[in-house]
Amino acid sequence: MKKIKLNIDNKTLEVPKGTTILDAASVVGIDIPTLCHMKLHDMNIENKPGGCRVCVVEVKGRRNLAPACCTEVAEGMEISTHSMRAVNARRTVLELILSDHPSDCLVCAKSGKCDLQEMAQNMGIREIHYQGAQSHYREDTSPAIIRELDKCILCRRCETMCNKVQSVGVLSTINRGFEAVVSPAFEMNLDHSVCTYCGQCVAVCPTGALTEVDETGAVIRALSDPSKTVIVQTAPAVRAALGEEFEMEAGTLVTGKMVSALRRLGFDYVFDTDFAADLTIMEEGTELLNRLGKYLGGDKNVKMPILTSCCPAWVKFFEHQFPELKDIPSTARSPQQMFGAIAKTYFADKIEVKRENLVVVSIMPCVAKKYESSRDEFAVNGNPDVDYALTTRELASLINISNIDFKSLPEEDFDQPLGESTGAAVIFGTTGGVIEAAVRTAYEIQTGKSLPRLDFEELRGMEGLRKATIDFDGTPINIGIAHGLGNARQLLEQIKAGESEFHAIEIMSCPGGCIGGGGQPYHHGDVEILKKRQKAIYSEDKNKTLRKSHENPHIQKLYEEFLGAPMSEKAHHLLHTKYFDRS
Amino acid sequence: MTKIKSLADLRKLKDEVQSKIQLREKGDHPENLVHIKVSMATCGIASGAKETMNYLVEELDHQGIDAVVTQTGCMGYCYAEPTIEVLIPGKESVVYGFVDKVKAQEIIEKHIKLNELVDGIIPANYKTLED
Amino acid sequence: MAEFNTHILVCGGTGCKASQADLLKTNLTKRIIDHGLHEQVQVLQTGCFGFCEKGPIVKIQPDNTFYVSVEPEDANEIVDEHILKGRKVERLLYKDPKTEEKVGDSKHMDFYKKQVRIALRNCGFINPENIEEYIGNDGYAALGKCLESYSPKEVIDLIKKSGLRGRGGGGFPTGLKWEITHNVAGDEKFVVCNADEGDPGAFMDRSILEGDPHSVIEAMAICGYCIGASKGLVYIRAEYPLAIQRLKIALEQAKEYGLLGPEILGSAFNFEIEIRYGAGAFVCGEETALIHSMEGKRGEPTFKPPFPSESGYMGKPTNVNNVETFANIPPIINKGADWFASIGTEKSKGTKVFALAGKINNVGLIEVPMGITLREVIYDIGGGIKDGKEFKAVQTGGPSGGCLTIDFLDTPIDYDNLIAAGSMMGSGGMIVMDEDDCMVSIAKFYLEFTLDESCGKCTPCRIGNKRLHEILVKITEGKGTSEDIDKLRMLSHVIKDTSLCGLGQTSPNPILSTLDNFLHEYEAHVEHQSCPAGQCKALMQYVIEDEKCTGCTLCFRNCPVGAISGEKRSPHYIDQKLCIKCGVCFEKCKFDAIKIA
Repeated sequence: MKKIKLNIDNKTLEVPKGTTILDAASVVGIDIPTLCHMKLHDMNIENKPGGCRVCVVEVKGRRNLAPACCTEVAEGMEISTHSMRAVNARRTVLELILSDHPSDCLVCAKSGKCDLQEMAQNMGIREIHYQGAQSHYREDTSPAIIRELDKCILCRRCETMCNKVQSVGVLSTINRGFEAVVSPAFEMNLDHSVCTYCGQCVAVCPTGALTEVDETGAVIRALSDPSKTVIVQTAPAVRAALGEEFEMEAGTLVTGKMVSALRRLGFDYVFDTDFAADLTIMEEGTELLNRLGKYLGGDKNVKMPILTSCCPAWVKFFEHQFPELKDIPSTARSPQQMFGAIAKTYFADKIEVKRENLVVVSIMPCVAKKYESSRDEFAVNGNPDVDYALTTRELASLINISNIDFKSLPEEDFDQPLGESTGAAVIFGTTGGVIEAAVRTAYEIQTGKSLPRLDFEELRGMEGLRKATIDFDGTPINIGIAHGLGNARQLLEQIKAGESEFHAIEIMSCPGGCIGGGGQPYHHGDVEILKKRQKAIYSEDKNKTLRKSHENPHIQKLYEEFLGAPMSEKAHHLLHTKYFDRS
Repeated sequence: MTKIKSLADLRKLKDEVQSKIQLREKGDHPENLVHIKVSMATCGIASGAKETMNYLVEELDHQGIDAVVTQTGCMGYCYAEPTIEVLIPGKESVVYGFVDKVKAQEIIEKHIKLNELVDGIIPANYKTLED
Repeated sequence: MAEFNTHILVCGGTGCKASQADLLKTNLTKRIIDHGLHEQVQVLQTGCFGFCEKGPIVKIQPDNTFYVSVEPEDANEIVDEHILKGRKVERLLYKDPKTEEKVGDSKHMDFYKKQVRIALRNCGFINPENIEEYIGNDGYAALGKCLESYSPKEVIDLIKKSGLRGRGGGGFPTGLKWEITHNVAGDEKFVVCNADEGDPGAFMDRSILEGDPHSVIEAMAICGYCIGASKGLVYIRAEYPLAIQRLKIALEQAKEYGLLGPEILGSAFNFEIEIRYGAGAFVCGEETALIHSMEGKRGEPTFKPPFPSESGYMGKPTNVNNVETFANIPPIINKGADWFASIGTEKSKGTKVFALAGKINNVGLIEVPMGITLREVIYDIGGGIKDGKEFKAVQTGGPSGGCLTIDFLDTPIDYDNLIAAGSMMGSGGMIVMDEDDCMVSIAKFYLEFTLDESCGKCTPCRIGNKRLHEILVKITEGKGTSEDIDKLRMLSHVIKDTSLCGLGQTSPNPILSTLDNFLHEYEAHVEHQSCPAGQCKALMQYVIEDEKCTGCTLCFRNCPVGAISGEKRSPHYIDQKLCIKCGVCFEKCKFDAIKIA
């Protein structure tokens, strides 16, 4: 590749042709500030509208300043990133943004994690010289996401996620000039749109313009109500990320500390969504084998491939966008909802607490789980199976509110019986994990043989679309994996066109799977954080004694005592669901 | 119209059209083939060029004067719309500005029928490609 | 019946009328009647001759004698000498400033025809809805010549040699643009005609499409031949219904005659053109925004590179030129690059169409050779300033341009000189201002336009221009401080320095250029809370002069807000706190007792 020689802040360097000034500067340790720019390396996600203009630098001989994020280097360029002209312009631009931004940082949900706030701090802004009118929009609250557009700085990151990455197409810039704002079409509310609540917009918003619905208050109230028994479940991806909220290195597993924190918060039982993940594998795996058996037996009525259904944003996505395919995904409920259904029946009976006095809280890496728990079909007489779904970030906030020093907590174990899980359940937290877990169980049930190996490297990775063929003792099973709804759309189009080669497909809405969920600690555009979380998940799996869902003793017991067999009538009633045409 | 299939076809058509125009201008019918062009761009139409054109067509027809009225684009005298150009065979063409019905009537009565110029001439102030 | 053999044409333009042209005409008529010549000689009043500086003008036909600065007293001499004796009145003849010689015949006068029509050559001459009239005027001959005798490269070289530069505003050399697109490899390429004319007051593109649509079609086909495209798109604003209709008719006819479609004129070249409609967003004049708009995306610019010539419409190499640029192409090919290059200045060849507007007598569309001075445009062609007022400034380049003052009246107009003078060519809007125009308000007016037209994508344009506007409002309301003037300047520079596209990069130009040239007006607003031009409502006061007021109560009875009080037959008084400055009292007063302070 052709090399370009240039000079940045009196440092001479050589970079490949096509490198931006921003990337070239980082090679020599110059950190040009950016606001709208976001690049998740290796994941094909880039937001580069060149709109905020805080990254402008002075290029010798050029008429105006150049935006470092989208200007490619040229031979012999002489760049100054901190000349008076550049710094003055950058500060003025930042002041302009601040002049149209509420200054309620002290009570903003994003305070301390806000890119804009941090930049104002770093640039030493002490006064806003250009004051004037500010934009005012009505607040839009949905079951999962709150839009406070007064705080929008038009970085367009959410738009990139919603359109280019997720292909959902809800958020786009409307109006012009000073009135320009990111919104669903016709300024409709999010809950009237086809929004899937995947929360990727929330995950990348640099300010407090997009946040999750905060349910910590309701949980605190439930915990302090003596008439209620409050139990909690924690999703697999949470334990690989929660530590980041307490300045721990990304990828630190904090399962034990998390359990002890939850206990200190006053939860009566601390359970694990992983238990329900094992249960999901039993149901979904059985369904897969049933359908596969019929299909391979030549039954023309059976539809292939079978699609996973753990991800609520993905479910809402196909209900809106591919309603004609709604009988293809597995009917198995997500682990969160399976847990709720079992907790409010099997477990409530066990501890002799009435359904209405049992409060189920879930800790999720996800904002769509808030929406999922509010779906009508997951409630009995108006009492939801899961009462509150908090994000990883909300849990961190609860811990802080309750004066718990997270880092010094001892490590504790989950309660039983709904706290037992296998390694197969843990890997639900990353892209490829659900299908790997399903393969481990389905293989053994189908073939009656013990798996020679448990780590299916061919199903792992960060590629947006992956495929692998697993040999089921002579029967090749084609497996597809997509994370990011834009990638999922490609597979769905293939299915619609009858061109799909797969028997089973795993789909997760968020890039990276649940580890990159919209409710996780903010990654601020650093893809390394996601990779470290993924590594942590796989290491937890590896350290487990039991790594196949059907080996979970409490799952076996649940079937014996309560459900009978997978896909039994009872199981069907409690653990399966149906989908709706929302087009 | 059959398609023009070659440059030669195009040239032939051009000559035909030109001789037609010349016929009109030089006066194959010297008794009176007058040509009036009405500037019908947005500026002209907004100032009433359509009414003027309709009036000219009707009035000339009514009076039995053998004349051609055609539309054309903006002459550039937007301050004096509607503008029309009167071409009488053998004479220099004359452009009039602010031509409403009354003015049109006067132009027909005096300029076209009697060969008298009337008030409101706009002097040409540009060169054409041929100049 | 009268048979006139001589016509005396007296200029009836506003300028000449102000110099007693009416009386002159009366005197001439009287003298003709006195001599009993009224059956042979007719005295006529005409529109403006476009030489108002030397008005009033009298022209005698058929010998084309041209008299300048004629006074009413000269009438008798003209009739007696010229009409009766056939001798020209030497002292009234025009003296050529270069040769110092008297010029008798208007055909030989330099100034007489200041305009040269190339782009507008057929506008006002042919029927735009009849392709045969276009063909009769050399139409499609250039396309035929290219297809038969030239290779694409040769045509490109010809355009390069002609020195034609883009007429949309930027002035990028057209031939070079074609060459770049020609050189980019691509299985599919596009020719786009930008007919999204957006400058306030500019309408040359509309007029060309309305008056001569085939010239644009022909040029687009030539461009397609040169760059290797078989498809053209005209991006036109939906607010131009007549232009759209004429263009549609022209496209139909061109197809019918085989001048668009497959194997044009028996060659291997295929070309077709489609129309795309814009909603009239100013920013869509910017090529990348225009292309996004055509693709059905939000009409906002993206960073260049990549330029459209590499990745344009649907990601394919695309050549974008504006209407006027295209209209120049056929004559260049027909008459040669040298002919075109002989017109204009060293770096700006050919002509430019301007839409003259504002406080000028002859509002209209003009086409002048590059290098003409503003003075010639304003006084000779434009007929001078309305109502005999003083010229103050001319705004060129639309909202992205700047104001040129009296100091630049004799600067030859071309791309580079206008930029050096702090303005720009733009698409050719030329708005003339007189002494009654407040330059702060003018700057505010243009900024309001940019504010409305900004797409909102980048911070400086979205928020910065809003702040500039707020400061200007403050100043025009008399609430500004001298610090505000500094802020205007500093913020303007940052916006120019940091905006994403040309719209933001030039939006502060009207402010900077008025600050440079009319700082005293800003200072008057800020320091004395007064508007020298008397335009800023908030800064003026209607007051009643006691001496003149008769106490007729007319103003009292007409004031809509009850701000006027006073006893009958004694002086009245306006309560400034209540006054809304509607001016009704000022208009109603019969005694001239109300003054604007």
